[in-house]
Parts: sequence; C-alpha cells; structure tokens
Amino acid sequence: MDASLPALVVVVPMLAAILTALAGRWWRRHAWPVALLATAFAAAGSLRILWRAVHEGVVLYRMGGWPVPTGIPYRIDLLNGIVLAMVACVSFLSVLWMRESVKREIRQAGQASYYAVVLLFTTGFLGITITGDVFNLYVFLEIASITSYVLVAMGRRREGLFAGYQYLILGSIGATFVLIGIGHLYMATGSLAMTDIAARLSGALVDHPSVVHTSFAFITVGLAIKMALFPLHSWQPGAYTYAPSSASLLMAATATKVAAYAFYRFAFTVFGTHYVTARLPQVMDGIMVMAAAAMVVGPLFAVRQDNLKRMLAYSSVGQIGYVVLGAALVNASAMTGSIAHFWNHAASKGALFAVVGIVVLRSGSPHIDNLRGLGRRAPWTAAAMTVAALSLVGVPLTGGFVTKYYLALGTLETGRGVLLAFILLSSLLTAVYMWRCLQRVWFADPDLEPAVTREAPWTMRVATLTFGAACLVFGVFAWIPVDIASAAARALLGEN
Amino acid sequence: MLEFLLSHYNYAIYIALMMIGLYAILARGNLVKKIIGLNILQTAVFLFYISIGKVDRGTVPVIWPAGERPPGFENVPYENPLPHVLMLTAIVVGVSVTAVALALIVRIKAAYGTVEEDEILEADELRDREGDA
Amino acid sequence: MGLALASLVTDAGPALSVGLCLLAIPLIALLRNRPNLREAASLGVATLNFLLVAAIYAAHGRGETIPVEVFRITDDLRVAFRVDDLGLLFALTASFLWILNTLYSIGYMRAHHEHKQTRFYICFAASIAAAMGAAFSSNLFSLFVFYEALTLVTYPLVIHAETPVAKAGARRYLVYLLGLSIAFQLPALFMVKAYGGTFEFHAEGLLRTSTASAGVLSLIFVLFLLGIGKAALMPFHSWLPAAMVAPTPVSALLHAVAVVKAGVFTVSRVVFHVFGVKLLGDLGVHEVLVFAACFTIVTASLIALAQDNLKRRLAYSTIAQLSYILLGVGLLVPDAQVGGLAHIGFHAAAKITLFFCAGAILVATHKTLVSQLDGIGRRMPITMGAFTVATLAMIGLPPTACLVSKWFLVEGAAEGGHGLVLAVLVVSTLLNGAYFLPIVWRAFFRPSPDGETGWKEAPWPCVVALSATALLTIGLFFFPGIVLDLARGVVTAAGGVR
Repeated sequence: MDASLPALVVVVPMLAAILTALAGRWWRRHAWPVALLATAFAAAGSLRILWRAVHEGVVLYRMGGWPVPTGIPYRIDLLNGIVLAMVACVSFLSVLWMRESVKREIRQAGQASYYAVVLLFTTGFLGITITGDVFNLYVFLEIASITSYVLVAMGRRREGLFAGYQYLILGSIGATFVLIGIGHLYMATGSLAMTDIAARLSGALVDHPSVVHTSFAFITVGLAIKMALFPLHSWQPGAYTYAPSSASLLMAATATKVAAYAFYRFAFTVFGTHYVTARLPQVMDGIMVMAAAAMVVGPLFAVRQDNLKRMLAYSSVGQIGYVVLGAALVNASAMTGSIAHFWNHAASKGALFAVVGIVVLRSGSPHIDNLRGLGRRAPWTAAAMTVAALSLVGVPLTGGFVTKYYLALGTLETGRGVLLAFILLSSLLTAVYMWRCLQRVWFADPDLEPAVTREAPWTMRVATLTFGAACLVFGVFAWIPVDIASAAARALLGEN
Repeated sequence: MLEFLLSHYNYAIYIALMMIGLYAILARGNLVKKIIGLNILQTAVFLFYISIGKVDRGTVPVIWPAGERPPGFENVPYENPLPHVLMLTAIVVGVSVTAVALALIVRIKAAYGTVEEDEILEADELRDREGDA
Repeated sequence: MGLALASLVTDAGPALSVGLCLLAIPLIALLRNRPNLREAASLGVATLNFLLVAAIYAAHGRGETIPVEVFRITDDLRVAFRVDDLGLLFALTASFLWILNTLYSIGYMRAHHEHKQTRFYICFAASIAAAMGAAFSSNLFSLFVFYEALTLVTYPLVIHAETPVAKAGARRYLVYLLGLSIAFQLPALFMVKAYGGTFEFHAEGLLRTSTASAGVLSLIFVLFLLGIGKAALMPFHSWLPAAMVAPTPVSALLHAVAVVKAGVFTVSRVVFHVFGVKLLGDLGVHEVLVFAACFTIVTASLIALAQDNLKRRLAYSTIAQLSYILLGVGLLVPDAQVGGLAHIGFHAAAKITLFFCAGAILVATHKTLVSQLDGIGRRMPITMGAFTVATLAMIGLPPTACLVSKWFLVEGAAEGGHGLVLAVLVVSTLLNGAYFLPIVWRAFFRPSPDGETGWKEAPWPCVVALSATALLTIGLFFFPGIVLDLARGVVTAAGGVR
C-alpha cells in the first residue's frame, strides 16, 4: 500500500468521482461523505508521501512497472511533495466546508454531480503535481481546467456562465500553448519523462537550440495564463467572483499555484537552472518584471472592490507574484520564500474565501458591508478572518511574514533591492483592503443590524478555523515549511 | 529559404492554422465562432505533432512476428507512433472542451438571449447599474 | 549557589515576565463578571511583574548574559531574550509605572463608568507584555515582533470610546505606526540581515563588521529613523495628539510608559547595538538624528504653546521631550548619551504624573481645556501640587529628576562643541516654561469662575497614584543612582565613558 500510494492518491479521488456521479443519482445524500472520504484519503496519503520525500529525497512510482523513459513515472521530490500536500489538504478542508454551502447554492438535482466535478478537479491538480511525465502533466492540466470551467459556470448568477466561458477560452489557449511547447520539447529531445528530457537537453541545445527556446517560450506563456500572472490575469476576477462559494474557495487556494508549480518544474527540473540563467536570462528578467508588477497591480485593484470575492480574486493576482518572484530571481533565499508561500497563501486565501462563503451563506451576498457585526455574532469566523488577513499583509508570527522575509532577503542578495519597494508597497496596499474588511468585522456601528446573525454550521467552522490556524502555525512554527522549502529550493538550484 | 519552406510545408500550414485559430478566438465576437477558432487552433497542434512523428520513407509501425515481414518491408523504417498516440488523447481533450463550451453557450443563450460577446457585456453592465440604483 | 540562582533569574526572568503579563489576560477574562477580583488580579500581576523585574535587576551583574531562545520560528528568525542595561532601564520604568497606572485606571474607569472595562484591562496587560518583550529582546527581529504587537494591542485602547472621533484618531494611530514600520522599518530590518548577516544585537553594533558601502549603511539608519514612528520624530508625530481621544490612563500608558518609550528605546537599540557608536560616528549619519531631534524639540514646543486642550498640550510636550532622549543618544558624546538614556526613566515619571493630573481634573470637574482651569488649585490642591512638581520637571528645574538628565545633556553638548544644540536646549527650556507655568499660575492664583472653593479631589486611587509618581519624580532627583548607573552601563559597554 505504501509503495503504491502515489498512484492511489490520484486514483482514489478519480474513482470516487465516478462513484458519486453514478450513485449520486439514487443516493444523493451519500455524495458528500464519499467525497469527504476520498479527499481525506488523498490528504493523508499526500502527507505520508511528503514525509517519505523529506526522509528519502525522492519517491518514485512507475505506472505499470515500466522503466522510466518508456512508462509514466510518478516522481515526488520536496517541491511537488509540498504542493501535493497543499492541494490534497485544501481539497479535504474545502469538501468538509462545502456541505451547507452546496445545499444552498447548487440546485438539488445537480449536487451529486457537483461533488463529482469537485473530485475530478482535485484529481486533475493532484495529477499535475505528482507526475514526472510532461504529456501526462498536460492531460491532467486539461482535466483540471475543464472541471474548473464547469465549476465556475455552476454558480447561480448568469454572469457565472459567461465568466466560465471566458475562462474556458483563455484557459484552452494556455493549455494549447503548453501542449505546443511539450511538442517542441519532444521534437528536440525525443522524450517525455522529465528527468530524461533534462538529461538529453544539453545535446538538444547543441543540435536544435531554437526548438528548445521555442518550447520554453510556449510553455512559459501557456502557464502564465494558467497562473493568472499579470497581465494575463483577466479571466480570474470574473471566474472567482461568480463561481459558487465552494468552487471559489477550492480554486483560489489551489489552482493558480499549481500552474506556478508547473512553471517551477519546467524551468528548473526540465530545462534546468543552467538553461534559464545562462542561456535565457532575459526571460527570467521579464518574468521578474511581470511578478513585481502583479504584486502591486493586484492589490491596487483589490482596494477598490466592494464585492469581497472580487477583492480576494484581485488579491490572488497579487499573491501569485510572490510565488513567481522566487523563481524569477533564481536565488535560494527568494525561492524558499516563494515555495513556503504555496502553503502560506493556501492557508490565508483558503481562510478568507471560507469566511466570505459563510457570509454569503448567512447574508446572501458577498458585499463588503455584510461583514458588519461579524465579530459580535460569529466570533470564531471573525477570528479566522483576522488571522488570515494579518498573514496576507505579512505581520510577524504569521506565515505571510516568513514569505516576505525570505523573498526580501533574496532580492537583496541578488542585488535587486528595488524589488523590495514592490514587496513593501504590495504589503501596504494589502493592509489597506484587508483593513477595510476588518474594520467592518470588529468596529462596526453597534446600532446597525449585523448582516450575519449567527455562527456558521460546525463543518464550515472547523474547516475555516483550520485554515486560520494554519496561518498561525506556518508563522510561529515556520521552520516546518521553511526547512522543507529551503531544501527544495536548494535541490532545484543544485546547491547544497 | 524557399526550399526550406517547401520541404517543411506541413509546419508552415501548422503555423498558418494556429494564427487563423488565434485570430478567430480573439477577433470574433460570436461565442460559437470563437469555439470554431479554438478547434482550428487545436487542429493545428494535431498537425504539428503528426509532423514531428513523420520519418522519411517510414511505414506503418507494426511489429511483425519474426520472419513474417511482408515482402518490401524488410529494411524500411517505421513512423514514430508516439505522437499519434498522444494526439488521440489530445483529440479527446479537444472534443471535451468543445462539448463543455457548447453546453455553456446553450445556457448563455437561454440566460441572455444572445451569443454575441458585446451584447452580453452590455446586459451585465446594465444590470450592474440597475443594481446600484 | 547564589551565583547559580542569579543566572537562573537572568536566564528565565525575561520569559517569565512576558509570560506573567500574558497570564493576566485569561485571568482577567475569567473574572470579567467580578470587577473587584478582576482589578485585584490586574494589580497583583502588575506588582508581581515589577518584583520579578527588580529581581532580574538585582541578579544582573555588569557582564553580558547569554541570549536565551524562547522559540525558533525559522533558523534566521528567533524570538530570544537577554538581560542588559538598556533593556533593564526600559523594563524597570515600564513595570514600576504599570503598577501605578493600574491603580489609577481603577479609580478613573470606575468614576467614569466606562464601558468594556474587561477589554480595557486585557489590552492593558497585553501591551505591558509586549513592552517587556521588547525590552528584553536579544535580537532585532524579536524586538520588531514585540514592537508591532504593541501597536496592535494598544489599538483597542485608543478606540475605546468607539465614537467617530475615537475611530478617526485610532485609525490615524494605526495607519501611522503600522504604515511607517511596514514602509521603512521592515526594509531596514531586511537590509540589516542581508548586509550584517545576523539579527543578534552586539555591544559594539552588529553592523560593525559589515562590508556594505557607507551609502547603504546610512540608508539603513535613515530608514530606521523614518520607520520607528513611536519615537514621534517630526514630521511623523501626528498620530500622538490624535491618540489623545483615548481614556486618560491610556494616554498615560502611551505617553509615559509603553508606546513612546518603546519608540525611543528602539532607536537607542539601533544606535548602540545595531550600528554602534563608532560606526555611526564614522558614517556621520547621526547628524540626521540630531537635526531632526532639534527641529522636533523647537517645533513641538511652539505648537504646544497654542494648544488649549490640556491633553493635547501634554502630547506636544511629550513629542518635544522624546526628542531630548533622541538628541542625547544621537550626539554620540558619552555624557549626552547618559543624559538621554536617563531621561527615559525620568521623563516617564514626570509625564505620567501630568497625565494622571489631567485625568483627575477630568474625573472631578469634567474640564479639559487649559482656559477652564482658573482657581482649580484650591479645589484640588494635591492634584495641582503634583502637577506643579511635574511641571518643574518638564522645564528641568530642581528638585526634580529631569534636571539631572538635562544637566548631562547640556554638559555633553558643550563637550561636543555643539553650539546649535545648546541654543536649542536653552530655547526649549524657555518654551517649556512658557506653556506650563501659566497653567500653574491659573490654577493657584486666578479666582475660580464659579466661586466654588471646597475640596473636590478625584477618587482616592487616582490621588494615590499621582502623588506617588510626583514623589518619585522628586525622589529620583535625590537618588538618581539606579537610572544613571544603567544609562552609564549602556554607554560604557559601547566604549563611550572614560
């Protein structure tokens, strides 16, 4: 069981998806427990895999027992161990959270299939993360993408349909670009297994350098669309705003970061650190500029939003900049911060979307004024939101600070101190829009009737508080994520 | 140069198809036409993959039992089958995306009464303004 | 055996002190429906904490102690404590005045029937915990954490009244303090780590071995000055008068005990233990601090002249007095530095008296304006007597402790040949007299407008507290030893005093 865990982590949610889709027609009430069990298994399994990766370095699983360049390997090192655990745990918590929300927001006949789509979505992102084969990665990317389009379109408002459509168009262009890039990579090296491509790349660079460059360009642009890297982010605000609350939660906490992971994987494992620093440093500089711009532009838009979901969506546009900046700087410290941010952002954005979902459930609308009185009527929810907001701003003893610290150190170490200004400006702007929320939560006029009149159901509360607690744990016991992230960063860069 | 283009005409077609597809997606306002553009783009990718699997004078990649090769196939190379297999998957993906897209368009048509992008945006804006008032 | 006990106290003491103050929080929360027990708990913890700090002081030898790690956040970021003279100076001041402040709060809050008193006492305990943590932090990161925590936990105190004015004042408080520290102090922190290699304070400055260029190091220093908003250097001072909307015990806490003193304390840490006197002298960038402090002293005093609201006038006085401390520290002349550091303790005792008096006047007569104070000295002789003592301290007249620190300041400035600084000190002394003495004169020599003459003092806890701090101000004039020795210890360790 332990040896085949990498396969089971992906297969179990997939089979559960089929099960819920089929059985859900007749036993609708069982869809949620099945989904919960499947994601719980994935979460436990992925943590176990991460544990093994920490101790053994690399966990390798060969599909069907085929040797590596022939068959599809599942290969987990520290980097995707971190992302895998993030995706699986977020999925589990989201499914735990979503029971009441789905009852409210999805029409009854569609609820079982909704869970099926959620499980397929999880399968897709787990697959992207775990696989060591580039074409397999593309297939999982499409599974994840198609289910995302569906999730967005399942919202109650008709705007969701069009948001889903726009997401579909841009997402498909992105995925197709990735596919073209993979084709060029295959053309140049004749292989699809990541480690095998990496080994053959130096030869390919001598014979067909332009094919390799083309491949890198297509993959980078394709993934930049998928991770909503400014200025390719236009699909994201609409998608997160109009999706059902549970889908927003799930997507915001996982989707774009997994695309960012894929970029790390391609840039540093497949193409290699030497390639991105010595052969194409301009590309990394360009990405650095985009990441820095994203860090400021995202919050700048977020400040002006009154719809909480849209505000958080723009916030995500900014936060992905933190994840990408570490890659663009190609520096161990900065990359440690960025990799740790996979967890930190999942925790803070997860908590925030969970709270907004509760507000929607209880008050019917994600308008910022509906936060008023949350502190009095739903103190636990409000506390989780506060901690998450502090983490997003980057206050010490929260996860966000740790990210910013290592990123800042990286900018100074690489002699790009100017970027420090972007990090700080981004923090200040984040403080502004989060403050707008917290002020309504805690210091609303007591004469006004609170929009949220009671605490969330226990399933929601447990999940929300877990997200919130994670923000604190990753800030106070930050050595847990940071030690792993720093080892992952140094392994990617080939340092020791 | 010309010779290069002519000998690699399939790649030239691939690039041309890709551009046509992208143009259709970006420039057309009709949601269905955008999907047609997306399909053209995907077809371009199929062509690209098939092209890279092409081996000069290659034939069908079938493993014959020892000594049973038909005459004329003794010393002939075979085509790389892998890209073809990959494209089977990509075609399935393309069909699924198209299916989801068309389903969405049907729902959009029902909700908005139109499949023109600018009219949909206008309707949303109108509703936002009414919502504010 | 005695030595082992002493080292146990200095090792575990700081963490215990922070823990003790934090322990008060659940205790106060549990006793929320029993006001008497709740306040007894506050007072008890305050007293215990002071005894603990006193024990640490007694056990602390002259030498260096080893940092004790409380917990590791990551390999780079550690919260750790260490006992040293500068920290003790701040900790002793804060912990002692906290007792009196708590006593005063009890009288004030009850007489005023303030709402949400439990929240008030909880935040009070939390802020003193943060102050203790800041005082004993052994590295810059740890100090930064407690510095920020202090801002956050004092916010509910400032907004206490929850009126629109209180909200506006509290917002300015938060925006200034958090904004400045994110915008300026945080990058300085990162740069110290990147160019100095460590966050650990060093007696001669942790940056002394840095290979960074003079320009970069100067930039770091200026960033610190801009970022430490709690020191209220102009032009980043306006949060302080804005925060005057808070109840008076909070103003006392902000202006005398915890917040502003944490600001000047942090600047002192940066001067002595991040840069070091020698490096700053070589860079010459300390003159920025000197000029800023001189400018602030004169300007704040001039503004104070025009204030009719008593608390606002006190606030501007605080801004000026804080800059005395910064001026002394920034001159880099040993005597001036001793004077500046000693002023942390001396000014605290005097300024807290002034705020206690302002609060007592408010409680007893509901008067807030200077122009309303005619003849109040005959109705509240104890309060106004204490007020007069503190006024003398602000000007720097005997028999008050502030004469001692000012004397050192003047001597240091003369020694360093800073004519401008001397002139500023003279002018500001005159200005201090000009905006404080009329209040005393009004109180005692002008007839009361409503003709009432009977005694009408504030509740006894208030009177006891303000008398105690006034006596302390006088007592420290005759026995300035503890404070001066600690200040000398800091300067000597930095290689200053001959």
